[in-house]
Amino acid sequence: MDYENAEKILEVKHLKQYFNVGKPDEVRAVDDISFDIYKGETFGLVGESGSGKTTTGRAIIHLYEPTAGEILFNGKNVDNFTSKADQREFRQDMQMIFQDPYASLNPRMKVKDIVAEGIDINHLAKDDADRSKKVEDLLETVGLNKDHSSRYPHEFSGGQRQRIGIARALAVDPKFVIADEPISALDVSIQAQVVNLMKKLQREQGLTYLFIAHDLSMVKYISDRIGVMHYGRMLEIADSDEIYAHPLHDYTKSLLSAVPVPDPEFERTREEIAYDASREGDGKERKLVEIAPHHWVRAADDEIDMYTQRAHEASLIKK
Amino acid sequence: MDNEKDILEVRNLQVNFKTYAGDVKAIRNVSFDLRKGETLAIVGESGSGKSVTTRTIMGLNARNADITSGTIMYKGEDLLKKSEKEMEGIRGQDIAEIFQDPMTSLDPTMKIGRQIAEPLMVHKGMKKEKALAQALEMMKLVGITDAENRINDYPHQFSGGMRQRIVIAIALINYPEILIADEPTTALDVTIQAQILNLMKELQDKISTSIIFITHDLGVVAGMADRVAVMYAGKIVEYGTVDEIFYNPKHPYTWGLLSSMPTLDTGGDELPSIPGTPPDLLDPPTGDAFAARNAYALKIDTEQEPPFFKVSDTHYAATWLLHPDAPKVTPPDQIVARQKKYAEMQKDLVKQQRPSIPVEEEEEQQ
Repeated sequence: MDYENAEKILEVKHLKQYFNVGKPDEVRAVDDISFDIYKGETFGLVGESGSGKTTTGRAIIHLYEPTAGEILFNGKNVDNFTSKADQREFRQDMQMIFQDPYASLNPRMKVKDIVAEGIDINHLAKDDADRSKKVEDLLETVGLNKDHSSRYPHEFSGGQRQRIGIARALAVDPKFVIADEPISALDVSIQAQVVNLMKKLQREQGLTYLFIAHDLSMVKYISDRIGVMHYGRMLEIADSDEIYAHPLHDYTKSLLSAVPVPDPEFERTREEIAYDASREGDGKERKLVEIAPHHWVRAADDEIDMYTQRAHEASLIKK
Repeated sequence: MDNEKDILEVRNLQVNFKTYAGDVKAIRNVSFDLRKGETLAIVGESGSGKSVTTRTIMGLNARNADITSGTIMYKGEDLLKKSEKEMEGIRGQDIAEIFQDPMTSLDPTMKIGRQIAEPLMVHKGMKKEKALAQALEMMKLVGITDAENRINDYPHQFSGGMRQRIVIAIALINYPEILIADEPTTALDVTIQAQILNLMKELQDKISTSIIFITHDLGVVAGMADRVAVMYAGKIVEYGTVDEIFYNPKHPYTWGLLSSMPTLDTGGDELPSIPGTPPDLLDPPTGDAFAARNAYALKIDTEQEPPFFKVSDTHYAATWLLHPDAPKVTPPDQIVARQKKYAEMQKDLVKQQRPSIPVEEEEEQQ
């Protein structure tokens, strides 16, 4: 990751997203997280179910009203977009690809109308011919046939549907795409096709991705940087190669040690590292600290030395 | 391949599903054995027929299923000839199944102790108190903490991982000869998955059950399986020991599957992927069903179905590439790397004076 020329496209500052606030069943789905995403990169967000990764994605695209904190997109606070024009521009610049290709496409709409919905809302097509042309180009971009445009979603396989979902997201020419588990509903051989397509589109159109997933090997492959979430908190952020080779936080270590690897010899000798989450609840104040260059770990004041020591052992810090 | 250690022998199984559009040929001539105490993994994409195979063994197919040929021999008897009543006696007693989704495979209105004890009461006619006492033991065995107090809880009071432990307890309470695990960890997080897989291995050692493990996750297969069968479009295309399949695969589909899964050290701009989609089994293609997606396809692949070629005593693959007259091809880079590692492992084995597995490519027709 080249930090020198990196330009921030998204800044999340102390985001809190609580549900049922003030009630006995208050849920702190996202509890004070901060991170930045740079233009043109893929930021992977990993964590177990219930860690708050999906809630974070939805809060960023403003499907929720944040309980506290700010989200800055291109330096502007998303919350302050009060005028219709601002909101429309924001919705155009930020798009989402959903997890379930079966539930996220309206079964009663033709593919061309699904893909063109954003074009219609934003008045991006001059006339009908222009609209059809745009839809056909988009379908071709994602590897579908233009003849597919008058069909309905049920006529497509899971991988093809996910391509339709990607075409829909691209229709309004976004800068930033949130992909929430875009491949977990697909078969292994199809997953690789969709990931390759996403990478290709990123190269060609300079897209920035927030890639949310629990499949750690795929996240590592596609991401430039990775954030690890647990219990609504961000525990560690670093370049993807570095976080996999030298995780500093115990939870990251434990998570990585549990990933099954398609190599029997490795599996026979694999040792899982257990993680004791009770330490997080000891009441100490913790925040993200930059332990090594661009490698952030959530730590209390008296833990910084321990993590710094670890980083030295992994020679992440040059003396 | 007939072996007295075989506990289950499936031969020439063919299953069609009758639909309005025609017959879907879901299982097309599948044969395999399950040995005592082993774990056999069946891998393949959705629609390849893995779940239909095991549902046929359990006698749990949908009503429109039509078993057109084949035998499933268990203890000298053909399960396909059993009546529904007889199958009820076998299910949960001799052959048990763990289903994919722990959220839907438990009865939400029944206390979990009762659910675990039920197979004992049904199959062994055990009294409720005695059955509940055994259920308690089983709960401890599968690692449910504070079992005494939790035996009267309902499924919704447990987390996903704990529920899957309960499902395992139900499946194992009668010490079945065969355990079918259909994607048992797919709905779980990786850390919980690791716990459940370890638990299954531990319990297998204790009660020497044979396991048929169905999954699409090759990482899980590498850690769990003794032998692996790869299915594609309703057929087994390759089978062998776990080492043979992972380090010396011969079928281009297995190559594709192994390469398209990134490992933690895969880099590069493009992930090797298998182009296209699996064929429509309403009208399966002639020849090798994988030919249309296969970069290594030969002309004969579109004309004639490949038979199984022998790679070793335990390793067979159905691809024309193994025919003596076939042109020599170089598999994808990742596969070559795997083969190299295998060759080194074999050398180490010889050094250690252990009996090695024959790996030479004696290509002879079956």
